[in-house]
Amino acid sequence: MFALDGKVALVTGATGGIGAEIARVLHRQGARVALSGTRREVLEALAGELGDGALVAPANLSDPAAPQALVDQVEAGLGRLDILVNNAGFTRDGLAMRMSDKDFSDVIEVDLAAPFRLARAAMRGMMKRRAGRIISIASIVGTTGNPGQANYAAAKAGLVGMSKSLAQELASRGITVNVVAPGFIETPMTDALNEAQKARLMERIPLGRMGSPADIAAAVAYLSSEEAGWVTGATLHVNGGMAMT
Amino acid sequence: MSDTAEKVKKIVVEHLGVEEAKVTSEASFIDDLGADSLDTVELVMAFEEAFGVEIPDDAAEKITTVKDAIDYIEAQKAA
Repeated sequence: MFALDGKVALVTGATGGIGAEIARVLHRQGARVALSGTRREVLEALAGELGDGALVAPANLSDPAAPQALVDQVEAGLGRLDILVNNAGFTRDGLAMRMSDKDFSDVIEVDLAAPFRLARAAMRGMMKRRAGRIISIASIVGTTGNPGQANYAAAKAGLVGMSKSLAQELASRGITVNVVAPGFIETPMTDALNEAQKARLMERIPLGRMGSPADIAAAVAYLSSEEAGWVTGATLHVNGGMAMT
Repeated sequence: MSDTAEKVKKIVVEHLGVEEAKVTSEASFIDDLGADSLDTVELVMAFEEAFGVEIPDDAAEKITTVKDAIDYIEAQKAA
């Protein structure tokens, strides 16, 4: 099940914990994987770990021209692009009272506009082959909201609406477009929480633990697969039951 | 047949996977050749690429037949 032999995937934000794990799992399932992110040496280390079938493709997605150039690079380097994983994103938190226009628009630009541009660039080849997978990593906060994250929550909710629209536009070409919405995942960021904060968080997670990058990567592997061919426009919530929508 | 006409018809045959004989000048992409709205967008993009012209959305909307495409591209090339 869920074999990806012969497929080519592009994972943005592959320098992060979740992105790197997505890349590992897609590669393990048989795909060749293009690794994108801003830090070349981190990507090169990951490519070295994966071995054959990994392409290092650094990109700065705050540049509006970068997404097309990135897709061109992947198609030139690996011959095609079957699976786009929009994982790159960043936060710039602050209460709305104090959030600048720039803090708002920078997050929208990288977390929402860049995934759109990547999807637009990737869909041409997918349309020709009458097959493709576009998967965007959103967040639980796109559904629930979160104080201090008006920009990030708006971008992540935006990915859901965008994906539903693309799903309808591209369904006749065999391209599915879906979203994975992680809850709280163990990363260096959540490691910084103190014990009391962690305990409060656990009370809100019925399954009683934080998520791991592997929990998210498994969901992406499923949505990437042939077996998920009848799933489109969906948001798969992977959050330990913290929000049931 | 002009070079443009020949090239346009070849692109239409390739993109829509229809028989060459069906691609007459009067043929409508949607009504006669079975194109859907995505096909027409793909065709316009293919014309742009093949002929090095830019076809803005309002012009693209008016290109519904093979002849429309040929005429538009020849007018652009002459301009």
